[in-house]
Amino acid sequence: MRIFALNHTTDPAQAVATASKAKTAQQGAEIRFIGGGTTLIDLMKLNVEQPQTLIDINRLPLDKIEALPDGGLTIGAVARNSDLAFHPLVRKNYAVLSEAILSGATAQLRNMATTAGNLLQRTRCMYFRDTAHACNKREPGTGCSAIGGHNRTLAILGTSKDCIASNPSDQNVALTALEATIQVQGARGKRSIPIHEFYLKPGATPNRENVLEPGDLIVSVTLPAPVAGARSHYLKLRDRAAYEFALASAAIVVKVNDGRIEHARVALGGVGTVPWRSHEAERELQGHAANAATFRRAAEAALKEAQPASENGFKVELAKRCMVRALTVATQSA
Amino acid sequence: MSDRSERDQKPEAASRCELGKSTRRTFISRLGMAGLLATTARVTTAFGQSSVKEQSALAESKDAIPVTLTVNGKKHDLRIDPRTTLLDCLREHLHLTGSKKGCDHGQCGACTVHINGRRVNSCLCFAAMQEGNEITTIEGIGQPENMHAMQAAFVATDAYQCGYCTSGQIMSGVALLKEPCGPEDADVKEFMSGNICRCGAYQNIVAAIQNVRKKSG
Repeated sequence: MRIFALNHTTDPAQAVATASKAKTAQQGAEIRFIGGGTTLIDLMKLNVEQPQTLIDINRLPLDKIEALPDGGLTIGAVARNSDLAFHPLVRKNYAVLSEAILSGATAQLRNMATTAGNLLQRTRCMYFRDTAHACNKREPGTGCSAIGGHNRTLAILGTSKDCIASNPSDQNVALTALEATIQVQGARGKRSIPIHEFYLKPGATPNRENVLEPGDLIVSVTLPAPVAGARSHYLKLRDRAAYEFALASAAIVVKVNDGRIEHARVALGGVGTVPWRSHEAERELQGHAANAATFRRAAEAALKEAQPASENGFKVELAKRCMVRALTVATQSA
Repeated sequence: MSDRSERDQKPEAASRCELGKSTRRTFISRLGMAGLLATTARVTTAFGQSSVKEQSALAESKDAIPVTLTVNGKKHDLRIDPRTTLLDCLREHLHLTGSKKGCDHGQCGACTVHINGRRVNSCLCFAAMQEGNEITTIEGIGQPENMHAMQAAFVATDAYQCGYCTSGQIMSGVALLKEPCGPEDADVKEFMSGNICRCGAYQNIVAAIQNVRKKSG
């Protein structure tokens, strides 16, 4: 691990001012905010991340989870994953988020990991994590070892010829289905970024994973008021029953009225280079009968553009069945 | 490409054994140090004897910063390299070797300690970020003559074989008592999924935790 300077601060503005001196907020950033550290310290031990300065944001007053006047919810950037998953308002109004978080990692990691840190969780692509291998995400222009390499766990949606790394998060799949907004305080003030505009597909610049610029500090995540009468569910399929990343997962928010689907939001995990919102699936669901045939049509639509690599073709059917099953469960309980 | 040798750079948080007093641990650590020194042909040391060379090899990191940690209710004023993880700090600086290093990447749970009463992987925390926090290790929850109920239950149900994961398992088990864990064995297994046991003592670990839960509640 490279040596770094450790800054402590209790003032978000000061954290932003310090971080805005960095050249990038993306891969290889020389200044990093550190929350739970569960991704960053891991990657620093691997020399995948080598920041010269760490800004400890754990003392910032950004750990609250509170109801909003409009019926929504605000989640502080450093609220811990375990606190979020077990929060009564989350369990009651946003079950998909609680289920998603509790399906990921372990009790220890969830006690450490923060909301914002989870938003910025890095891929588990083994070539990204191993500096002995070429990786366009870690070192732009070196090539992609995963294409044609061991890619069983990697993405089939949103890939490019330069990168097929999958986004590993469960939380962010649920936040995508819930249409969360990410509140950022930056060098030029505050702004709100809808989660579907936050992540960047790899394209020719897989080192750029999101729209954050130097100095940008995620201060909170806001959720809209829950849709009255809607149910939600997160289903995660993986190689083990516990403590494993998703091969495919589905986050569903759905409202059925008189057998017809009135409202549907669908996001997939484990299969996309970013948390994968499927408007195609939602169009197939909206206004249609809540039955197996509709669910299958939605799943076919969601995976239509899938481009599997040499070892992960099984994910196409797995993701479809995952979505159908999640829709079945979510509508059964309605 | 990155310089591969970079990977082997570690903070110089080498152990400071009590010189001249041999225990199994100090003997083994000196053996390791002697082996290292012998292979680099710099100096040879006799076991059980302090040497100037050995002391200089264990010198404080030039990047050390002052940190005050509260561990098991006791304050420690330290100077440590900022790269020092909480786990390495506990083991190498405070000589609290009950917390174990397994994977060093937050995957095995052997390093589990409590920070402000909540279980965490101490290998994925920097010690210098823990000022003001109450850190509790396996040494802080009970002693051989006065065991915590969870420690006693692990003994009673034979919930270990080699013992390497045990302190982490117990620290997780103690924390679990205060978490919203369901009543079934399956719930305990899920909540304990961050603690790996290579010997496969899982059945008895679950039994130990369930026994404590039944008695306490």
